[in-house]
Amino acid sequence: MNGFSLIGLIRAAILNGTPLLYGTSGEILTQKSGNMNLGVEGLMFMGGAFGLCGAFVYGNAAGDNAVGWIAVLIAFLCAFLAGVAGAFIYSVLTVTLRANQNVTGLALTIFGTGVGQFVGELMRLRVGGNVSISNTLKTAFSGSIFPEAMQKIPVLGDLLFNYNIFVYAGIVIVVLMSWFMHHTRKGLYLRAVGESPATADAAGISVTRYRYAATCLGGGISALGGMVHTMTIAGCVWNHNALAGEGWVAVALVIFCLWKPLNALWGSMLFGGLLILYLRLPIPFIPTQIYKIVPYIATTIVLILVSMRQRKEDQPPAGLGLNYFREDR
Amino acid sequence: MNEKAPLIHISKRENMSRGRIWVIRLLAFLTAILLSCLVFLAAGANPVEAYSTMISGALGKKSGIRQVVKVAAPLLGTALALAPCFRMKFWNIGAEGQITIGAMAAAFFAINFGNKWPSAPLLIIMGLASMLMGAVWAAIPAAFKARWKTNETLFTLMLNYIAIGIVGWLQGGPWEGKKGSQVIPNFADAAVLPKVLGVHCGWIIVLLLVVFIYIYMKYTKHGYEIAVLGESENTARYAGMNVMKITVRTACLSGAICGLVGFMVASGANQTLYASVADGVGFTAITVAWLAQLNPFAMVIIAILFGILSKGASSLQTGMGVPASVSDIIKGLLLLCLLGCEFFINYKLNFRGHDGHGETGAATPAAPAGNTAVPAAKSSEEGKEAAK
Amino acid sequence: METTHVVEFRGISKYFGDNAANDNVDLYLDKGVIMSLLGENGSGKTTLMNMLAGIYFPDKGEILINGKPVTIRSPKDAFEHHIGMIHQHFMLVDVFTAAENIVLGLDEAGRLDRRQIADKVRAISEKYGFEIDPNKKVYDMSVSEKQTVEIIKVLYRGADILILDEPTAVLTPQETEKLFRIMRTMKEDGKSIIIITHKLNEVMSISDVVAVLRKGKHIATVRTGETNEAQLTEMMVGRKVELDIDRLDPRDPKPRLTIAGLTCRDNEGVEKLSDVGFIAYGGEILGIAGIAGSGQKELLEAIAGLRRIEKGSIIYTPEGKAPTELVGKSPMEIKDAGVALAFVPEDRLGMGLVGGMGMTGNMMLRSWSKSHKWFIDKKEPRRLAQEVYKFLEVATPDIDYPVRKLSGGNVQKVLVGREIASEPSVLMSAYAVRGLDINTSYIIYNLMAGQKAKGVAVIFVGEDLDVLLQLCDKILVLCGGRVSGIVDARTATKEEIGLLMTSIGGSSTESRAGSESNPDGKEGLKNE
Repeated sequence: MNGFSLIGLIRAAILNGTPLLYGTSGEILTQKSGNMNLGVEGLMFMGGAFGLCGAFVYGNAAGDNAVGWIAVLIAFLCAFLAGVAGAFIYSVLTVTLRANQNVTGLALTIFGTGVGQFVGELMRLRVGGNVSISNTLKTAFSGSIFPEAMQKIPVLGDLLFNYNIFVYAGIVIVVLMSWFMHHTRKGLYLRAVGESPATADAAGISVTRYRYAATCLGGGISALGGMVHTMTIAGCVWNHNALAGEGWVAVALVIFCLWKPLNALWGSMLFGGLLILYLRLPIPFIPTQIYKIVPYIATTIVLILVSMRQRKEDQPPAGLGLNYFREDR
Repeated sequence: MNEKAPLIHISKRENMSRGRIWVIRLLAFLTAILLSCLVFLAAGANPVEAYSTMISGALGKKSGIRQVVKVAAPLLGTALALAPCFRMKFWNIGAEGQITIGAMAAAFFAINFGNKWPSAPLLIIMGLASMLMGAVWAAIPAAFKARWKTNETLFTLMLNYIAIGIVGWLQGGPWEGKKGSQVIPNFADAAVLPKVLGVHCGWIIVLLLVVFIYIYMKYTKHGYEIAVLGESENTARYAGMNVMKITVRTACLSGAICGLVGFMVASGANQTLYASVADGVGFTAITVAWLAQLNPFAMVIIAILFGILSKGASSLQTGMGVPASVSDIIKGLLLLCLLGCEFFINYKLNFRGHDGHGETGAATPAAPAGNTAVPAAKSSEEGKEAAK
Repeated sequence: METTHVVEFRGISKYFGDNAANDNVDLYLDKGVIMSLLGENGSGKTTLMNMLAGIYFPDKGEILINGKPVTIRSPKDAFEHHIGMIHQHFMLVDVFTAAENIVLGLDEAGRLDRRQIADKVRAISEKYGFEIDPNKKVYDMSVSEKQTVEIIKVLYRGADILILDEPTAVLTPQETEKLFRIMRTMKEDGKSIIIITHKLNEVMSISDVVAVLRKGKHIATVRTGETNEAQLTEMMVGRKVELDIDRLDPRDPKPRLTIAGLTCRDNEGVEKLSDVGFIAYGGEILGIAGIAGSGQKELLEAIAGLRRIEKGSIIYTPEGKAPTELVGKSPMEIKDAGVALAFVPEDRLGMGLVGGMGMTGNMMLRSWSKSHKWFIDKKEPRRLAQEVYKFLEVATPDIDYPVRKLSGGNVQKVLVGREIASEPSVLMSAYAVRGLDINTSYIIYNLMAGQKAKGVAVIFVGEDLDVLLQLCDKILVLCGGRVSGIVDARTATKEEIGLLMTSIGGSSTESRAGSESNPDGKEGLKNE
């Protein structure tokens, strides 16, 4: 293996891992509040479809005058709001109406994938063919944000400066999230709500408010992952097969990262890399499909080890999956 | 004193009449139907026309009904499989993987012995193998749960993708038909489930399972153990039950039935094996089981309803140009509305100023305000005397 | 006296269902005073304080803080009035540090400045003499450290009125001494403190005034200097009330259960029972008295095989058969041998009953394993359910109606009725009349007496001393997991038992295991 292909592999891993980074970090925020939202798959579908739809509608409306960064912003907002809306439905059902979290999450997945598919197909039916976006706009989504001179620095240029905006934004979001959780009061309170809602409630923290806020924000961030996938990896074309399963990998990654946002930085790169490793580094006798299940096997092993070792810091939030009702005490 | 109390007080509701419960559920159902109208409008279709196209597409012709049964059978079978687990509060969301791995086990025999063995024994062995593998796939997380309290929701979820990955590998590798086709060749005729009334006979197996699960849950010792354990682990121990054994055994049963469903789908419907053989059935079945509140007969109705939605939606796509994914949206809306409405059945809202007692004749007795005041004064005097 | 009181309760009442937990309580507390709130289990001490701390809202009456009427609807409201309560069950997040727990829920946004918080925590610690590492995680802490965190949490919020709910129950004598020193320092600092307790020696050593509650009513408030333990005991237990319970003399009592040197620990390694020994005779009712959490639950669970026994033996001698050792047998084997346990936990349904099932299903809990190999036999349980339904007059619309939806008394009838129906030769019942009205209680008493007449060895754990004195033949008093005395119920007085319960005159005053006053059935089994 020579140096060039290693850089290529790292780049591919990072690009392929970025949608996961969003999906996972959003779900970490959600789960830290005690809500196990299994609807990530649905949220990412909605994010992908609405993000594409936003950029597409804008591109059509503005025609030749379309500005790249506005399209990015619109896609970003559309995807984020779609995710917030989906997560809001989840919150109403589980936090206010106390429905079972697992079942509600699955219902959201069914609903969200349906909505994503529907919007994607509807666009295709309306246009009568493939939904396409002008090349200028495409570049805005997948091109580097750094000047060409920096990208041309040997090795470092490719390794550090030659990514699309979402890679950097994702890193910023995750670092901010980690800082929020561990260095702010609100972050502390959020973790308290996820660990022990009764304690938080007794201390005067509104469990309801924190769960709503974290779940909606987290849902929005997860949905961005779908948009990033569609607009960068899938090349601005609606392709539900490409997106299918991405949300579940993100849920696996949450466990693999032990609910710590910073772990998601390298975790998403690792999973992203494993999922495409077979293209870059085919090893004889190891079939491609086996590469694809490695992330899940790794996650399962982590899950088992964590439950056997019982180290307190590595456990899932103690209140995860449980709805809180004060009078149940 | 009432004006100091919070504006809305939520409390558990103990008993609501059956009639009212069904009225609430019906309202939720209608809400979902109405919301779905908005989806049709967004797609530029007339909702009334759309619904009638769906219904006539699904139930108007024999082929439509067959299609509905084909969709409903595995869904129902899997929901039945999950019922014991859920009654035990073991959150098995790994039906998808258990179906896949069961289908794989069946396919093993179909591929290797399809042309060598007579049909009947072959099919029986395929069925048994699929049940065995499904049971194993469910027993692993159950054993870890019982021994180390490993989170079964996450564990079973992971096993889904491992199973799908393994079948994906077989499909593109050892069991591949034509080199590079990434497809497993169709099973030999001996390995295909016979048809009854135009649909593979899996639907008969599933209907038998309805009765079996109903009896198992209601009239057997196992069913009783599961019910007690699901309510309270302490009580189960108090009654001398072996919690670990019950947990693993129930998961095995659940996995075995899921595996059998995998066999039905591979051998009956697809007549081959591919990675997405479960096609989301494992997940959708969870919602079916939950909506039916684990009642096998209610599951039949919901599974058929979902079948009608799926078939109807595909008619809708061909007939009116509305994307077939609309069926997922309607399913999702139905689920969300019905999940939400349970709150109004299990809890009651007491608004400030109303005590909410009279409304349903709830059993909470009102506080006997005031009537104890007199003896109270007396005894406190008594106490003061004692103190002196 | 015209000075305003720091806290004043005026005519406070609180009801839970039919029962008045507090009944027209008038009580006040002055600045810089340590007040003991004394009373038996269920006398309404904690309920009263919970109303001050914002957990419950009073049904009647008003609370005044510094002379002004206030509305306290939540713990947050309580903090605003500088009231802080340290509950028996600690409210702490395990994976957080002491400092993180202390600042939880404060209305300060922005950065979490751990160093600044740690400094402030240290300042409070120095001022009052706590020893605490602000950066230690709660899961690494001992019980006393956790309690310290709870107290600092309250002080950090600027509380001037502190309520401690049985703080010494979980402490060693040394730790208790240290806590008392700290309380005195806080008092000098002008804080007012209410300590809930039923340990008389502590009352005498720490408090300035003592308020006594009995059955939800305020009996009296006296200055500690002007009273003594005997007088306080009398106020606490009240005068003897004559109950009309038929008590036959035991006929031909033979040893049925012979227990010696029984020692048990809980999961944290705290000794819950130490060296317990006694003999329960057939045809006798052995009462067990003690402050909540003195080991009653553990004792019964140990006998029933539900709790791991560290040391000791339980010899069981059934009528006309050879004695056998019960230690090491499974709960099922013990049950089959004829030892029945009817334990009514605080939440009534935690153990022994399945709330979602009807009477039939619950009757089956005893017989399920014996019927057919595969199928359950509902006939016998249904007959039993009918019998219990008729005989005990259970108010249920149908014998298959979920017992969770029945009222408390009826739930208990189902539980006790089932255990009696199994025709045991040892019947253990704990808190069988908890929360029941007088009439239903009598039905239960008569059932116990009926079993005794049949030659059954009845072990009756109760809370009401009057009942114990008039129902039982002997009374065993537990204190801190040890037997502090066994008295003849026909001759003993309430005061005598009260003193044994609080260890005065008992065999031991130093045991650590007074332990969590937590008589519910929840904890014990869950973690095994």
